[in-house]
Order: sequence, then C-alpha cells, then structure tokens
Amino acid sequence: MADRRQMGLAVAAVVVLAGYAILAPLVHPIDEAITDFASGDQGPGAAHWFGTDASGRDLLTLVAKGMRVSLAIAVATAIISTLIGVVVGIAAGAAGGWVDRISMRIAEALTAVPSLLLSLLIVSLFRGSLVAIVISLVLTHWTATARVVRAEVLSVRNAEYVEVARLHGLTATRIARIHFLPVAAGQARVAAVLLVAHAVWHESTLSFLGVGLPPHQASLGTLLADSGQALLLGHWWQLVFPAGAIVAVTLALSALGRSLAGPCREPIA
Amino acid sequence: MIRTRRARIRQLAGRRLLYGVPLVLVVSLATFALAAASPFDPLEAYLGGSGDGFTEAERGALRETLGLNQHWFAAWWHWLTGLFTGDLGYSRTFHEPVAQVLADRLGWTALLGLSASVVAIVLSAALGATAGLKAGGLADRLISGFAVILYAVPPFIVALGSVLLFAVTLRWVPAAGVTDSGDAITAASTLRHLFLPALVLGISQVPPLALGLREAITRAADGDAVRGAQARGLPRRIVQSRHILPMAAAPFFALIGGRLPELLVGATVVETVFAWPGLGDAVVNSARALDFPLLAVVVVLTVVVVVVGNLAADVAAVAADPRIEADG
Repeated sequence: MADRRQMGLAVAAVVVLAGYAILAPLVHPIDEAITDFASGDQGPGAAHWFGTDASGRDLLTLVAKGMRVSLAIAVATAIISTLIGVVVGIAAGAAGGWVDRISMRIAEALTAVPSLLLSLLIVSLFRGSLVAIVISLVLTHWTATARVVRAEVLSVRNAEYVEVARLHGLTATRIARIHFLPVAAGQARVAAVLLVAHAVWHESTLSFLGVGLPPHQASLGTLLADSGQALLLGHWWQLVFPAGAIVAVTLALSALGRSLAGPCREPIA
Repeated sequence: MIRTRRARIRQLAGRRLLYGVPLVLVVSLATFALAAASPFDPLEAYLGGSGDGFTEAERGALRETLGLNQHWFAAWWHWLTGLFTGDLGYSRTFHEPVAQVLADRLGWTALLGLSASVVAIVLSAALGATAGLKAGGLADRLISGFAVILYAVPPFIVALGSVLLFAVTLRWVPAAGVTDSGDAITAASTLRHLFLPALVLGISQVPPLALGLREAITRAADGDAVRGAQARGLPRRIVQSRHILPMAAAPFFALIGGRLPELLVGATVVETVFAWPGLGDAVVNSARALDFPLLAVVVVLTVVVVVVGNLAADVAAVAADPRIEADG
C-alpha cells in the first residue's frame, strides 16, 4: 500500500510541476524581449512572487518558460534514447555473437568518455542548434537502457516458450516483438522516466556553461548562468527559484521512476 | 577461477590497456570526423572576426599553408603523429601552444580533484558505513534520505548555493579565483581559495558512493562468511571489522573508479563557477570559443585518465578482496 501512495505522490508532483510550466506563462504572459531595467532585480513580493531578473522580467513566468524548454529537450532526449536503447538491447540480447559484442563495445566506449565533455564538443561544433543538443544528449544516454534491456532479453532468450516460437518458424523480428519487447518494456519505461530527469540536468549544465541554448532563449540552465553574477550582489531569488525548479523536477521524476520500478530496486541512471 | 593476486592484477592491466589504446584512437578519430562534418570552419576560426578583408585567392593560399585542405583523416594522422613529438597544436583562446596550456593548468586540476576525492571518500566511507552497519535505523534513514535529495541537485547548483551561503552571506571564504586580486600565490591563500571548490566537488560525489557502500555492506552482512562468523559466536565488532567491512571494500573501490568520469565533469563545472584556473575552466572556454586543437586534446586526455583510473580501481578492488588468496 505504501508503494501505491508513493507513486500517487510522485505522479501528483509531476502533474503540479508540469501544470506550472504550462499554465504560468498563459495566466501571466510576459514578452521576454522587453526589458525594463527600472523594475529589475526586485526581490519576491506581491507584484512578482519569484522576484525579477536583472532586466526586470518576472521570474515566476520566466522559470516556467525555462522549464518548458528544458523539459521539451529532456523528453525528446528520453524518448529517442529509449527507442535506441530498446532496439540495440533487444538486438544484442537476441542475436548474440558479433552483433552483441560490437554493440556492447560501442556502449562501453561511450561510457568511458565523460558525457558532458562529449556534449561540449558536439554542441560547440554545431553551435546554437537545438537538434545538436538533443543528439549530443542521446549519444550518451541510450547506453544504460541498452544494457538493461539486453540483460532482460538474455534472461528469457532460452526459455521454452521462445524455443517453441522458434520451432514454429517465427521470424526473429516477430519473436522480438511478441516475446522480447514485453519483457523489456517494464525496464524501458523506468529508464525513460529517469532519463528525463538526467537530461534536464545535462541540458541545464550545458546551458549554464554557456554552450547550450543561446542566452535569449530561457532554459533553466541559461537562467542559472545569469544568476552567477547576481549572487555576488545578494540577489538570492535569481538562484533559488530556477535551481529549485531543477531539483523539484529531478526529485519528482526519480521518485516516479523508483515507484514504477517497484521496491528494492536501485535507480539506474 | 581464483588465482594469485598478482596474476589477477596483471591480467586486468593487460585487458584494460588492450582495450584502452584502441579506444583512445577511435575517440580521437571520431572527434576529427565530427569536426569535418560540422559547419565549423577552421580558417574562419583562425582569422577570427577579421576574415572579411581577405579575397578568395588569399583564403585559398592560407588554407594551403595551414594544411586545411587535407582530408580530415590526413589531418587526424598529422595530429596523432604530432602528439609523439610533443606538438599538440596551438590554442587560439590562450595564445599559447596547447602543451603549455596543459602544463599550466594540469596541476590546479590535480590539486582540486585530489582534495575533492579525499573529501568524497572520507565522507562517503563514514556515512555509508554508519548507514550500512545499522541499516533501517534512524541514522541510516537520515543519511539515505539526505543522499537521495543531494543526488537530485546538479553540482553547479551545489556550487552556486555554497557561494551564496559561505562566500556572500557568511563571508567565511572567497567566492572565486586562487588568490585575492593582485596578491602573489601563497600556500595559505591557495588553501583558503581551495576550501570551497574542493568541498563542493567532494560533496557532490558523496551520494552515489555512500549509497553504494551502504548497499555493499548490507549485502555482505547477508553473506555466508558473515553468517558463519556469527554462528561461531564471534563478537559483533569483530564480525563487522573483520568480515563485513573487508567484503564491502572491494565493490566500494570499484565504485570510486567508476565515478571518475563524473568527477571530471564535476571538476569542469566547479572550476567554471569558482574561476579555478584548471583544465575544466580551459575546456569550457575553448568550447565557447571553439578552440578545436585544445578541445580535441582535452577530450582525448580525459579518456586516458578514465581508462587509467578504472585500471587503478580494478587493482584496488582485487587488492582489497579477501576472497582472493595472497601472493603465492
């Protein structure tokens, strides 16, 4: 029963956060291009609940807009990475032999390169491209899923019902679809949720370092990149609200991932 | 399968190197291929903003002189052979040979990384062991809960938060740099400036290590060796110090080695926040300005460090594993 309650809480937290990201800019729209330095750097108050940034933009709306961008990139990354991970994992587990060896070697090689550095390299070569950001994240994020899915497939590969399907002359792709995919689906679902959290982190770090999204496009990372200077002036709200958004999203999603995975399961990502 | 320690270690080292050398080659090759496929033009980068004053013919001549007309594979080969003669290329952002940039900055990163590792290992060993030996107790729940929450906070936010708390609000330590502006570099001022970045980088690595050690301990406590020791009526302290902790040490060391990529990523971020003049700061600057020669060398260097670090962790894990017999 405790598990159900935990999952309920996690789902509720995700819904609340997504609701804030979607609704805040609709209820209280602002034009990011308009700067009003006279009302810049205001602390949280009745007019601006989260305060304003240096250019006088309302942070309640700006953080929500940043969350939209960060989550959109993260969800795209998670979906593509999971698809690649599931396909590679099933292929490696089902085919074995050289398919398995080569794909696992590639996965291993990608894990040996610190993921952020690889992203730095790609994003700086393809500057300012949203597609490049997603690709750079996908490149390092599919490997964990592939490994987990492969392990799941290996555990049922020689099961009798799979043997029967083979003897009945079912093609490899059909066996993969009706027997391996359902086995992999549970793990893949958990991995996908955790990947969203991971990708939010990763994207925000890239943007924070100044190589991700262009500064005028508010993501949680670009908002935090601005806060470095503001901090020294004591403008704490410019750190606390965007940072709080990242931490809340990560916590909610990893709680959701854990409760999907069931008890006694360590998070993968 | 159990052989002597030395044979195990030799075998592990051989396997890691056999795999590591081609890995480094492939990564560097991929880096050059990627640069060739990208819209990045090394000539524009070389000319900086002043490229407009050149005619097509002059550009062509420059390309020829700089060797930019060669195929990316030839460029890679040229670069690779250059490495062996100590020629790592020229960094545009720092107006210095890449080798010089590395020489200037490697020490700072090593200082930060090693201090942070000490912080991370000491803290996570203490917290993980406390939590694991009394799993389910109050201390365990507090430590595990704290670790799970800290795990959700990206290192750059920990860094910014610690600047806000310790440097801006409490004014205990400086917010950035390695000296107060204008002062000479002394051991005392370096330590004062090192404190916060090393603490932040160390703490950001604690959650996975502490949680991992906690799990290794609970698993070891469930094993046959420990059951046997308990059945023989050995006191709890002896069982803990002679059976449980040694069994948990091997996976803990392997975990530390596996965290090396994350430590390097963390160092990059922490150096940027604290304006620490190490390699991480250099790599971020070179990525912003697309200083390809520097970027390529640092990426390859990082892979080398990760391979060597994993080997060191393997060796430590084998050396610590009580189930492998001593040298014979």
